[in-house]
Amino acid sequence: MISDPHEAEFQALIDSDQRIEPRDWMPDGYRRSLIRQIAQHAHSEIIGMQPEGNWITRAPSLRRKAILMAKVQDEAGHGLYLYCAAETLGVDRAELIDLLHQGRQKYSSIFNYPTLTWADVGAIGWLVDGAAITNQIPLCRCSFGPYARAMVRVCKEESFHQRQGFESLYALSHGTPEQHEMAQDAVNRWWWPSVEMLGPPDTESTHSAQSMAWGIKRFSNDELRQRFVDMVAPQAVVLGLTPPDPELRWNEDRGHYDFGEPDFEELRRVVSGDGPCNRQRAAHHLAAHDEGAWVRAAAAAYAAKHPATSAAA
Amino acid sequence: MSEETPAPLWEVFIRSKRGLSHNHVGSLHAPDAEMALRNARDVYTRRMEGVSIWVVPSAVITASSPDEKDSFFDPAADKPYRHPTFYSIPKEVQQL
Repeated sequence: MISDPHEAEFQALIDSDQRIEPRDWMPDGYRRSLIRQIAQHAHSEIIGMQPEGNWITRAPSLRRKAILMAKVQDEAGHGLYLYCAAETLGVDRAELIDLLHQGRQKYSSIFNYPTLTWADVGAIGWLVDGAAITNQIPLCRCSFGPYARAMVRVCKEESFHQRQGFESLYALSHGTPEQHEMAQDAVNRWWWPSVEMLGPPDTESTHSAQSMAWGIKRFSNDELRQRFVDMVAPQAVVLGLTPPDPELRWNEDRGHYDFGEPDFEELRRVVSGDGPCNRQRAAHHLAAHDEGAWVRAAAAAYAAKHPATSAAA
Repeated sequence: MSEETPAPLWEVFIRSKRGLSHNHVGSLHAPDAEMALRNARDVYTRRMEGVSIWVVPSAVITASSPDEKDSFFDPAADKPYRHPTFYSIPKEVQQL
């Protein structure tokens, strides 16, 4: 039973599918849970710039280069929308970035894998952004208003990300035999991490039940995973590429694709810091932050010298 | 903790096209108003979402409190005669 009148009103808003706004009363757990999830999501967007940024200078054409730059700029924008949503809960972005640097807040496991060839950029767009979109579309109806509004923006922009990846992989797959082989190799390496990035199985997911009750999460990890596989399996056929899962096949009775058991032990390992690139990603972010310190200091000094243009100083 | 003082927070409002009002789209950090405008352009209008941007220091916004929302908005709650549907009009009158 809920005895606190504040809590009763809060739960009534959630149960009638209304949105909670920053200045509304909310349980501490709801606030903490959202800060954790939104910060983790923001960090993922920012860290996610690294694997693809790796290929900007080596994109095979000016067209691909312009597309990749626009995509990486979008990831920066998405990170900022999300930090802004987190800040409405009473934390400061600088605190969240400190927590990331101290390893006390995480980001998506998927960005700890390396981008070894140009085809990886296409595979990331098709598979990683495909999985991200599957996860993010229900978040547009999340019970916390600022998070939901940020996700609407992100999803609108994200749809080009997946399409450009598909187009790029399609071009490689239908190119020379070497290009086809490179595309297949990228799919071999990115398939399982993408299936895994939707989170641990429902039986082991620590935050899911409460998040569902609070309207933060609308579908379970396993439901989202099924939705993702159902979306990309037929696309793989059009691409002419074979997912590295011998158990992947259409199940007429279920009306869904069957697929093999993801390696959740690997997911756990990568999330807890032992993926191929965890240390490199963290070190790069910290270095970029430190190397930018003089720019922030100069901008602050300029603002202090010209108080007329900086009312907030 | 980092030693730096974080740049102030600004609320961003965008007019999506002529004839519409500015709408709140989010916030961002910037050391001064000019940087806030430039950052807002890069963060919130990468796809021509706006023709005009306002930035306002978050600290100067005064907001009504959700706790007193009932009493605060009460005066309008019992005045249905402010709406056209309050009035019954004979059927013969087609448009009024």
